[in-house]
Amino acid sequence: MQRDRLRSWRLGDRVGLGLCWALGALFCAIAAAIVIYMLVEGLRYLRPALLVTHPTGGYGEAHSGGFLDPLLGTFLVAALAMVVALPVGIAVAVWLSEFGRPAGLARATESTIEMIAGAPSIVLALFGTIIFQSGALGLFSRTAHGVVFGRSFFAAGAMLSLVAIPLVVANTREGLQLIPAHVREASYAVGKTKAATIRRILLPAARPQMATGAILGIGRVIGDTAIIVILLGATLTFNGAGGLSGLSTLRGTGSTLTSYIYTNSPAGEGNQPGKAYAAAFVLLLMVLVLNASVDLVARRGRKHRWN
Amino acid sequence: MELMSTPPVRRIAVPEQGRGAKPPTLAVERMKVEEVSIAYGDKLAVRDVSLPISQGEVLALIGPSGCGKTTLLRSLNRLTELSKNTWFKGRITLDGADTALMEPTDLRRRVTMVFQQPNPFPMSVFDNVAYVLREQGTKRPGRKAVEAAVLDALERAGLLDEVRGDLDHPALRLSGGQQQRLCIARALAANPEVLLLDEPCSALDPRSTQVIEDLIVKLREEVAIVIVTHNLQQAHRIADRVGFMYLGELIEHGPASSVFHSPTEQRTKDYVSGAFG
Repeated sequence: MQRDRLRSWRLGDRVGLGLCWALGALFCAIAAAIVIYMLVEGLRYLRPALLVTHPTGGYGEAHSGGFLDPLLGTFLVAALAMVVALPVGIAVAVWLSEFGRPAGLARATESTIEMIAGAPSIVLALFGTIIFQSGALGLFSRTAHGVVFGRSFFAAGAMLSLVAIPLVVANTREGLQLIPAHVREASYAVGKTKAATIRRILLPAARPQMATGAILGIGRVIGDTAIIVILLGATLTFNGAGGLSGLSTLRGTGSTLTSYIYTNSPAGEGNQPGKAYAAAFVLLLMVLVLNASVDLVARRGRKHRWN
Repeated sequence: MELMSTPPVRRIAVPEQGRGAKPPTLAVERMKVEEVSIAYGDKLAVRDVSLPISQGEVLALIGPSGCGKTTLLRSLNRLTELSKNTWFKGRITLDGADTALMEPTDLRRRVTMVFQQPNPFPMSVFDNVAYVLREQGTKRPGRKAVEAAVLDALERAGLLDEVRGDLDHPALRLSGGQQQRLCIARALAANPEVLLLDEPCSALDPRSTQVIEDLIVKLREEVAIVIVTHNLQQAHRIADRVGFMYLGELIEHGPASSVFHSPTEQRTKDYVSGAFG
């Protein structure tokens, strides 16, 4: 690295460097402030009992229960979204990376994915209500007197998968493109078809990047609020739609930590900031753990690669 | 591709005696290259090359970078077709049959290839070889059914003794030289008639290079071998026949001793004496 004396720099360059340094430090300070503030506030209000108690509509922090349902709801929407996003995202990535013909369709697909990635989730949520309120999709939510409610775990999970798909596609593609051409050729050179090569060589080799995409996707899904409020109903507890028990829950409404935090924030109707802080702390912890696991997976993926 | 090659490995001196003089073998013609020209787009890479390829011999294709030797090698199992805009003229036969009329997957099981960079698949040592023996992309037949053939291929590649206890370890954890021999085992597992080697030692250390060179000399009895190298010493050590290519043309080919010691063409003479390259 070039190490010259700062003194020999122009004044403007010195000021610029100082500004960059200060902004970096400021950014760290803001991040630290958020984490520390949430940590302190969270720990002040978080009781283990909150994690295993159903929420209730009572007045006052002492009478409104815990956030068991929103916690389970968070896991449930994440699982539903990824059940759709992983196979779809991986399939699209494989097609784009290994086939990509016709070129026009490939370009259109890429732009579409970018558009979805850039679309505000509240727009996706609105679009979701139109889809899931249509009569043909009555199976996926509560239906009464021929009117389809359109809000359910199914509906929220499906639209949230759109939030995760771009991340799965981008990371899987990167993983596939990191595999040198000669590795593909080595498989063809022992008489294997392209399909066999993709299934047995390329997909396993891209697994670390797929995992990265999936984890980043989950992080986005569990942090989304707009789709939850609009499409999951943001009811405090699981509110089954009737019928088979598992299916009833999935067709019914519920909440996640994000909607619970919103409801209990000073802006929401619950307005119990203590509960909001406790839930926010748990959510932040989940996101931090996910981020750490991305690093771990990426570091593992770098071991034992080809030249 | 050629431009990316690493410089030739400088070898440590090995006493001639230790390498073992190559006993003459009976050559049986397996492949025939007839008036082949290959172009990428409008760039002619190989120009009107004719050449026999025989079992019992190591054929080394030598020549400076970009002379078309790798392209010629890749045309033998039709890997050239994977590149865009490839144009091909001429005929290549395998045991008398036109390779252009074969299913590429069938051809490539009979003419297998080892690459410049070791490229084991991201699976266990065992599965790397078993992959070749199994149906397209499945895990059938099971381990028991392919075990004997896998061990045999590893044995033929001179790797079995080193990996016997590590058959289930990831292949990418082996050393570079071991990885390359695993790639050779993989290529042998299909029981090919012809084995193609594209600068197989250029990414390896001298010791691994020697092990692989000895292996190549031994294998020529059971399979026809074509090796591309721009390391003249290597060609000298292992080749029975040598083809010298320059600017896409096969300038001269014949027994190694005559190409190296009494070449008929001036360009060959200049190249083997180190005047250019």
